Amino acid sequence: MKLPLSWLQDFVNTDGLSVEDIARKLTLAGLEVDEIRYVGLPMPEGAARHEFKTSGIAWQRHKLVVAEIREVMPHPNADRLVLCDLFDGESQHTVLTGAPNLFDYKGLGKLPKPIKAAYAREGATLYDGHAEGLTLTTLKRTKIRGVESYSMVCSEKELGISEEHEGIIILDEDAPTGMPLVDYMGDAVLDISILPNMGRCASVLGVARELAALTHRPLKKPEIRYPAEGSPIEGLVSIEISDPSLNPRFVLGLIRNVQSKPSPYKIQRRLRLAGMRPINALVDATNYAMLELGEPLHAFDYDVLVERARGKPVVISTRAAREGEKLTTLDGVERNLSPLNVLVCDAAGPLSIAGVMGGQESEITEKTRNVLLEGAAWNFINIRRTAAQHNLPSEASFRFSRGVHPALADQGVRLGLQYMAAWTGGVIAPGLVDEYPLPPHDPLVEVTPQNVERLLGIRLSAREIADLLERVEFECQVEGEKVIAKTPPHRMDIGEGVVGLADILEEIARLYGYENIPETRMADGLPPQIGNPLHEWEETLRDKLVALGFQEIVSYRLTSAENEARLGVSGQAVKIANPIAPEKSILRRSLLASALDSLERNARLREGLALFEIGPVFEPVPGDLPLEPRKLAVVMNGLRDETAWDEKTSRTWDFYDLKGRLELLLSGLRLTDIVYIPTDSVKYLHPGKAAEIQAGGQTIGVFGELHPLVKGKYEFGEPPVLVAEFDLSALRAAASTDYELASVPDVPPVLEDIALIVDESISAAKVEALIRQTGGKVLTGVKLFDVYRGEQVGAGKKSLAYSLTYQAEKTLTDKEAADIRNKIVRRLERELGAQLRG
Amino acid sequence: MLAKLKEIEQNALTALDAVTEPAALEAWRVKHLGRSSALMQVFSSLGSLSKEERPAIGQAANRVKMTLEAALTRQTEAIKAALLAKSLQEEKLDVTLPGRRIRVGRLHPSTQQLRRVLNILAEMGFQVYTSREVETDEMNFQALNFPPHHPAREMQDSLFVEAGERGDNPILLRTHTSPGQIRAMREACAKNPDNPPPIRIALPGMCFRNEQITARSEVQFNQVEGLAVGKHITFADLKGTLSDFARRMFGQAARTRFRASYFPFTEPSAEMDIECFVCGGKGCSVCKNSGWLEILGCGMVHPIVLQNGGYDPKRYTGYAFGMGPERQLMLRNKINDIRYFWGNDVRFLEQF
Repeated sequence: MKLPLSWLQDFVNTDGLSVEDIARKLTLAGLEVDEIRYVGLPMPEGAARHEFKTSGIAWQRHKLVVAEIREVMPHPNADRLVLCDLFDGESQHTVLTGAPNLFDYKGLGKLPKPIKAAYAREGATLYDGHAEGLTLTTLKRTKIRGVESYSMVCSEKELGISEEHEGIIILDEDAPTGMPLVDYMGDAVLDISILPNMGRCASVLGVARELAALTHRPLKKPEIRYPAEGSPIEGLVSIEISDPSLNPRFVLGLIRNVQSKPSPYKIQRRLRLAGMRPINALVDATNYAMLELGEPLHAFDYDVLVERARGKPVVISTRAAREGEKLTTLDGVERNLSPLNVLVCDAAGPLSIAGVMGGQESEITEKTRNVLLEGAAWNFINIRRTAAQHNLPSEASFRFSRGVHPALADQGVRLGLQYMAAWTGGVIAPGLVDEYPLPPHDPLVEVTPQNVERLLGIRLSAREIADLLERVEFECQVEGEKVIAKTPPHRMDIGEGVVGLADILEEIARLYGYENIPETRMADGLPPQIGNPLHEWEETLRDKLVALGFQEIVSYRLTSAENEARLGVSGQAVKIANPIAPEKSILRRSLLASALDSLERNARLREGLALFEIGPVFEPVPGDLPLEPRKLAVVMNGLRDETAWDEKTSRTWDFYDLKGRLELLLSGLRLTDIVYIPTDSVKYLHPGKAAEIQAGGQTIGVFGELHPLVKGKYEFGEPPVLVAEFDLSALRAAASTDYELASVPDVPPVLEDIALIVDESISAAKVEALIRQTGGKVLTGVKLFDVYRGEQVGAGKKSLAYSLTYQAEKTLTDKEAADIRNKIVRRLERELGAQLRG
Repeated sequence: MLAKLKEIEQNALTALDAVTEPAALEAWRVKHLGRSSALMQVFSSLGSLSKEERPAIGQAANRVKMTLEAALTRQTEAIKAALLAKSLQEEKLDVTLPGRRIRVGRLHPSTQQLRRVLNILAEMGFQVYTSREVETDEMNFQALNFPPHHPAREMQDSLFVEAGERGDNPILLRTHTSPGQIRAMREACAKNPDNPPPIRIALPGMCFRNEQITARSEVQFNQVEGLAVGKHITFADLKGTLSDFARRMFGQAARTRFRASYFPFTEPSAEMDIECFVCGGKGCSVCKNSGWLEILGCGMVHPIVLQNGGYDPKRYTGYAFGMGPERQLMLRNKINDIRYFWGNDVRFLEQF
């Protein structure tokens, strides 16, 4: 909400407070000032610190003044320019301008009433009216079409009030000639964010009330007092409300014989600063009263309603719209209505969408002479949904959707009528028609000093509590140690019972000032510290992967079925009903698919990549929340080592590079009994380069090289893509937390190499398992150091060479070592048909 | 004889000065100190000298021998040193050539920041509590005092899951980690419904909003919330705890400011700002000239939320706070585009 400071000052005296002081007080109390736009008032300069985002222009006191134009004369050499005879309070000047709104006065001689204007003297700095956007310029002496020019009369754009540059500003007649412009109408606009529970502050008066309370100053409420004449409204118009829960109150007032004319310049300027466009005095009066009081108003052309009533009294009714009903709103759009929308109707049909936007037919025009003015209260949820449905955010729906107290309805109508009368010369009909079937209950809340201390940690007496609340118009009764506070009839945010108490305590904290509440450390006991083993284990897993050289990534949970189909992922997915984009329309089913996307995007950026991600995938459960099993995905591609200026290439990563890392990872996680089983059933893996990892008979993951056909669906280069995927709960279940350390031996080990020729079909794992089994405890190391195939071993055979480490508690003799070795060889010969290679 | 010795010494030393190779040193030694050298011949001839002459000549010959031996040692060292110097000179590298790199792993920046936050909170007694990412409207909103169609829901546009007609309780992607507050309270309460234990937890995790992906807004982001519930917890405690946190997180000199705000699940609610750590509050582009940075939202747990968690608001109070690790990193490291976080471009990730 944009709030001109000058308007705020109508209701609260701000003497002694700078613009930033005001903005700071409001911000700390929940009315956050996002920006201060200076429109004339001096800007803070050279201050030690800036507290707010600022923009705008300060008007130089002696260069910009109120002046009077006494005569408008033709320019001798240019039809589209005029010369003004102008007096600036000190001396007379001839000022040249092309402002079209002075042309009507051209050649009329000395004007009976001088025109008041904003005058910029030579050397004044202001915005360039002809430039795009806001560019500062300084007035210099020059000649335009043969006439000397050194000063000017200003448009709103030149003074930074608005974008308006069609003509010059014509000030109100009472503007004092010679007064510095900054004193006359220097302003600053506070852009305030209105929180959902502070709808009561979406008005000048609402903010003024807060500022008055925060600075201990009196609030000057607007005076509503006007003469009424003619026949009373009572009897001319009646109101029928069909559902009071949607429309708790409806008030109408009538004003006759209004004239179409512009509103005073001061009003137009304030509306512009507040972000609204001045239209004419009638429309401006409804908007001005709304901004001032917070009650949105709607004006009907009374004569149109009389005509529609065909001689009968005008009956205004409110009801829910019927399915298929239509109304053309005043923006010229035909709206299809639904029962969600509430309509204001007369006997002939719908007139407006309640609280959101008026209809075209009954809107006020240049020809309007008699106006029926509506002030009503609506259900805030209904207004919010209606405004959203028709995409019609308006100043009215902004307020109504945050809750406007029904008590404001008659005040709003009377304030609007008063402004209409003042600015259009209309005559207000006596009385109002006021239908108020559902007055709200303004809660009574009890609060004690104990309540305050218990929640806020501050000690206040009952009297102090009452004093704080009375500043924002709660009516308080102090009964001993108890304050009974009655909610004032302009706010809808105070509840009943424990909620009401919390609401009141928040008010007390806000008015006391959050900054005045001390900072303490909790006296309350700590709950038992039990940690979160699952979370901690996952963090350990991350650390181990990083130590193995993997870069962690975090991907979008949202993806598309098409994208996952590249990896062959199919089946049911958790679908988003309102996705932001087609490529973010489901929750991922495969973490590997996410990781491969990242690998693909980075493949050309680095020679080699090794990435991992840990996170959930989502499995739909009909009629219930999906499962969210957590997974680990690992992907690798490219060169094994970084190249350098003297090492120009490296091998590419292959199956065994990945396997080695996984072995280190699993042993680091204390997994024992790991079995690697060849598999050709994982569709996205190369059938000959894929393995399932089992621990204790349970599958915990799969890994291998990406199938060439799958790889072809991504943009990867020549080197193979290695991938692994683990289920974290299976992985964690297989990991042991306790392990025993092997002691470091005192005696040297015996090392021995043996090479065995076996059939090609016998797996290395099987050979190693038998060696270990036979060697027993003494055999502490088995390392395969060579695999050889060739003539020397014969077709269909391979030679496996192992380096064996024997380690006993005492030094082994040669004979003891030979015995173990012979036992191993004999067993391999017997069970695998192995042959010791000489 | 003495003159001859003098001459032998002179000749030998002159010859030694010319020696530069280790092999030539040996040749010199044989020639000047060897068995058949002129000096040794002098020693051999000592017997033929008179008793009077013998001691003087013997001493002189010995002195020459020692002189030559010492000179040999010196020259040997000198030659070695020269050779070493030469080879060191030859081995000289261009130290400005780049070193050979190995590939290292790193944690994602969000993980790193989450750890910083969680470590500090852990020291303050807040233990990690994690919960699901897909939730019901009831858990994500209603239990947290957002009734259906409440205007506060506009602050958290949701992504809904296709799950058939579920009336006012659709399934959605959680918009904050707060549903975990309800889950944690209910779990604790189930253990002892009449006198539920105090709670002090940190709730990290991914959250989702229905927002277009731009440099400033993202469809997913991490959040860390804190929740403390007990019988003596006040707003003053909240201020104290969070100011402590800010000093640990942003430096010992960090200044905080609490201003009134609104969240449906807390009351009173506040935003905590810290004085801009880039400009020290003077005003800069990071703080948009305001001197303050918005760091977290907080407040006293709303009585309805306590009730929904199973805690009687007449006996218990509590506070909650929430912050965004990605936002903290963006401020701290001047990251100008939030999309970097889930873009996983290694050129971004490698900088952490």
